[in-house]
Amino acid sequence: MSTAGFNSQNGTGTGQTYANGPSQNPVAPQQLPGVGYGMAHQPTYNPMQAKAPPPPAHPGLYPSGPYQPVTPVCSYQPGPPHTSYPAASGQSLLTRPLMGGPPSRTPPQSASPGPRVPAAHATPPPPAVSSSGYYTNPQHPMAPAWQYNAAPQPMGPPATISTPPRGPVAGHVNPASSSTGPPPSTAYSPAPPPPPHVSHNVTQPPGPGMSRSPQHGYTQPGTAPPPMTPMAPHAYQPNRAPYGPPPTGPPPPTMKPAPLPIGLPMATNATPPPPRADGVPPPQPGTPGLHLGHYPSLPPGYQNTGYQNASAPHNATSPMHPAMQHATQPYTQAPPPYQQPHGGPGPAQLSPSLAAMSLQSTTPEALRVVNLLQERNLLPPTPIPAPTPCLQQDLQKINCHPEVFRSTLTSIPQTQSLLNKAKMPLGLLLHPFKDLSQLPVVTSSTIVRCRSCRTYINPFVSFLDQRRWKCNLCFRVNDVPEEFMYNPVSRSYGEPHKRPEVQNATIEFIAPSEYMLRPPQPAVYLFILDVSHNAVETGYLTVFCQSLLDNINALPGDSRTKVGFITFDSTIHFYNLQEGLSQPQMLIVSDIEDIFLPTPDSLLVNLNECKELVQDLLKSLPTLFEKTMETQSALGSALQAAYKLLLPTGGRMSIFQTQLPNLGVGTLQSREDPNQRAAAKDVQHLSPATDFYKKLALDCSGQQVAVDLFLLSSQYCDLASLGCISRYSAGSVYYYPSYHHQHTPAQVECFQKDLKRYLTRKIGFEAVMRIRCTKGLSIHTFHGNFFVRSTDLLSLPNVNPDAGFAVQMSIEENLDDMQVVSFQAALLYTSSKGERRIRVHTLCLPVVNSLSDIFAGADVQAITGLLACMAVDRSATASLSDARDAMTNAAIDSLTSYRQSVLTIQQPGLLAPACLRLFPLFILALLKQKAFRTGTSTRLDDRLFAMCQLKYQPLVYAMLMIHPALYRVDDLSDEGALNISERTVPQPRVLQLSVEKLSREAAFLMDAGTVMYLWIGRNCHPNFLTQVLGVPSYATVPDNLYLLPELDTPESQRTRAFVGWLRDQRPFFPSLQVIRDESQLKPTFMQNMIEDRTESALSYYEFLLHLQQQISK
Amino acid sequence: MAFTFAAFCYMLALLLTAALIFFAIWHLVLPEYLIHFFFCVMFFCAAEWLTLSLNLPLLAYHVWRYMSRPVMSGPGLYDPTTIMNADILAFCQKEGWCKLAFYLLSFFYYLYGMIYVLVSS
Repeated sequence: MSTAGFNSQNGTGTGQTYANGPSQNPVAPQQLPGVGYGMAHQPTYNPMQAKAPPPPAHPGLYPSGPYQPVTPVCSYQPGPPHTSYPAASGQSLLTRPLMGGPPSRTPPQSASPGPRVPAAHATPPPPAVSSSGYYTNPQHPMAPAWQYNAAPQPMGPPATISTPPRGPVAGHVNPASSSTGPPPSTAYSPAPPPPPHVSHNVTQPPGPGMSRSPQHGYTQPGTAPPPMTPMAPHAYQPNRAPYGPPPTGPPPPTMKPAPLPIGLPMATNATPPPPRADGVPPPQPGTPGLHLGHYPSLPPGYQNTGYQNASAPHNATSPMHPAMQHATQPYTQAPPPYQQPHGGPGPAQLSPSLAAMSLQSTTPEALRVVNLLQERNLLPPTPIPAPTPCLQQDLQKINCHPEVFRSTLTSIPQTQSLLNKAKMPLGLLLHPFKDLSQLPVVTSSTIVRCRSCRTYINPFVSFLDQRRWKCNLCFRVNDVPEEFMYNPVSRSYGEPHKRPEVQNATIEFIAPSEYMLRPPQPAVYLFILDVSHNAVETGYLTVFCQSLLDNINALPGDSRTKVGFITFDSTIHFYNLQEGLSQPQMLIVSDIEDIFLPTPDSLLVNLNECKELVQDLLKSLPTLFEKTMETQSALGSALQAAYKLLLPTGGRMSIFQTQLPNLGVGTLQSREDPNQRAAAKDVQHLSPATDFYKKLALDCSGQQVAVDLFLLSSQYCDLASLGCISRYSAGSVYYYPSYHHQHTPAQVECFQKDLKRYLTRKIGFEAVMRIRCTKGLSIHTFHGNFFVRSTDLLSLPNVNPDAGFAVQMSIEENLDDMQVVSFQAALLYTSSKGERRIRVHTLCLPVVNSLSDIFAGADVQAITGLLACMAVDRSATASLSDARDAMTNAAIDSLTSYRQSVLTIQQPGLLAPACLRLFPLFILALLKQKAFRTGTSTRLDDRLFAMCQLKYQPLVYAMLMIHPALYRVDDLSDEGALNISERTVPQPRVLQLSVEKLSREAAFLMDAGTVMYLWIGRNCHPNFLTQVLGVPSYATVPDNLYLLPELDTPESQRTRAFVGWLRDQRPFFPSLQVIRDESQLKPTFMQNMIEDRTESALSYYEFLLHLQQQISK
Repeated sequence: MAFTFAAFCYMLALLLTAALIFFAIWHLVLPEYLIHFFFCVMFFCAAEWLTLSLNLPLLAYHVWRYMSRPVMSGPGLYDPTTIMNADILAFCQKEGWCKLAFYLLSFFYYLYGMIYVLVSS
């Protein structure tokens, strides 16, 4: 159905107005937010949809770590939507009530939400009709219609709906005009500024909302608005209470002032203005916001006075519920599209620009045109959800979770030439071994796979009849094995399509013996510790030994688990831990040129049998080398010894290294010239100096040995060369610059927490991952840590839950007659319990044949992540400046392509579709990221570590590294807070990374992924200092504060809950640095203010101007 | 009609080119480069300037290609960690086909050259 529905949508004009909106609609239904995935992915912004979706919950959902893979369970609300879809006006009424329901659940942010909502679709039809009569653009009507139906009064019965809305509308008329401007903005920018609006509506859903409904105003003020408001209320109702407050008296009035009928297009833009001031505003709720609207310092382009008014009200509201905002926004958004049929005023007033708008209105929200130069507050107030592919809802319902499997383009172009035209990278980002809270596991003697392409049976195959299924990758028709006819879940026979394999896009099989080349290996852990003078100085040994002692029983494994230890300085020390010895025996091998194992049998011992000896060793190790004066490091030889030790079994080596290896094989030279750290020209030495580590890694990979590297060094360590050892053996790299047990307590804590996670996290041994895709697509480049064994097979000696992968794809054959394509990643591994398992993820995406659909499906975060990976490769093979240019060009190319091929009406300014509105920002963030920045002093190792991270981290975490999140934390409140396991977690809104958002009277938390900064303003409210930091005044804030004291005040609890919650969402431990104006770290903090200009880099606005200049060439 | 050194060079090149044709397909890089270098030197000694100039571009390409190979301690041209990337793989294969074509043409050219030298001298 999806396809059909889909097509119709696009194509259709009036009759199925919603069609346009709908194109994404299909998606909407899927969203059933709650259920399957915590996250809301509603990437596409359909204004129309937006309304419906508002589902607010976003914050909660999003964070929720575990995702529930399949959850067929989830009831999705689609039912109504569908009906609504086809059924035109008549049903719409009915649907509305439903609408109310759906919204509530959707968490997604405002921007995206729209699309999914099925309900929304339903509603549209009626309006369409009316509108059509009125307006030339049939499509528009839809939107309005939508509102009518849906909104008028959430509660009110359908009948009432239609009428009531108008009433209100009339009242609002003034607002309407104004609203036109704003609404668009809201829809899409919902994020920052808009939220406020939203909140308003939401908060005062019933009475006030109605009256205000400024946004709608412009079209048919009356009608449109009402729907909006009503919707909102429904959705939020649960939460509302908190929001209620927003009732700014002013807003309604403000609206009127707004009424500038300015061109609609403008309106879209308008949104940005308001936020600006507002963004900060949370604190200043009350103000009408009119003034706020202005951007004082901004370049002229930014100031759209007209909009400001409109926006102002929003702002005022905004303070109230950041979280909510996005939810609300959706509603607001809706308005833009509609031009109210009735709204006599509307049409008349509409300027040409407005007309242009209307044309576009038909397009989905994701394609809403945004003038980046004019819209300022584009950043959504909450984390950005992944866009939802435009699939029919029953497919989307079971589709793979975007945190596990994500595509840069959620609509796959039909041909390579189309893809080339779009100028956007096509690729997949995977997080295949992510910790999942719910994972269906199937034990079966036969795993059903396609006979020709070996694809695992998945939810997207088609059953031709009871006994045959057609592979969705190669289209071969296969027989259904007898055993598969029986469904173990329902204990019924003859329903192969109800089997868990066919119901879950993420599933795990227990593999039978055909999937083993040898008996599953035991868990083997070998620790290789640097004990040179330098290492002892850092004091890491104590922390390591203590951590291992604490977690020794939590090491994943079974009764066969083995451990071993090697230490090294200029010689290699082995430890004989054989059962029966009274104490560990150290064996020293000083012949590092020709390394050998002194007693091959007793160096790796069974952990359970020799636990006491191991514990003895760990207790004595830190003191054993206390007095060492040996400064040399023979890492290469130690690695060779370790390789020999693990050769027969495979397993994991963990290297702890604190200096440049300078003895024996694998010796490295210091290549960094400290004077060149800030060089604006090219950075040298980004590629390895020797292939020793790479070759060793490949040998390790062949023997199923993975090497994890912990680098704790204040000196240059040549991570470019050393990192190869982990990169090609599927290990991970941890880097603690300047680690010292006394001087850098934050690093110590970080190291401790990371070690704990490292030692106890799940692990898979002797793994391989194969990524298959539908015939016609092919994978051409892989990113991540692994060795590529054949064109689609990754060899992963170890796989861990924190590893992310990316692949680039090309389209080799036209996908002409396909509606959807599928991708399947199958990870075969040995669990720490010695079980062979296969984890299979399948993702299904629609195929489209128009550029606008491709743009509508673009996932800006995934694109950014993939571009970052590509840029890392480019810096190594070509040069850093090349990589930087390539990233800038990526932005220019795709926006140019959008402008030339998709936009029918040329307007001045830097235009981007709503779904790509953050693209230039993210590109700029990448250019200013440690990995790629130039002109700012950056240590080579820091840079290389950032590069490793960009390639290795799953997208969610990589995005935080690229574009940190900034929150104001001195006024945390419980409004919109999440309740997680009885803790209340406040949800402040995400602020733009600009100094203008900072205020001396406040405190801000910047979450940069691996580190968090708490910036304290000079005039920060004393309340915050005493209640949260436990210090009496600003001057007494210690410089090296890295912990929030556990005070028994509500402020402290809120702040700690929030920080703790942020930390819980990621597998590594971000350290917290408290920063004052005088702090040495202040520059580091300020460097993350990526929208501001630095000596060596453009500000966001300048960057946009640069892009515009390039594009209009 | 005399069997000159030039004729000998052409004959040798003829035989070796036949080997090169296979090496280009199988990507035996080092033997291929060495053989090609070898008969370039032979042509130089035989003062067959035209033939030499036809081969010089390829010789220069080989030198450049080997100089810009990935960092590795042993001999070789292909890096096992990147060769499976489709774009690099595709490039190497295209390179192989182009050389195959070149060697095939040179094979006939050498045949012609050998006969021509034999006949003319």
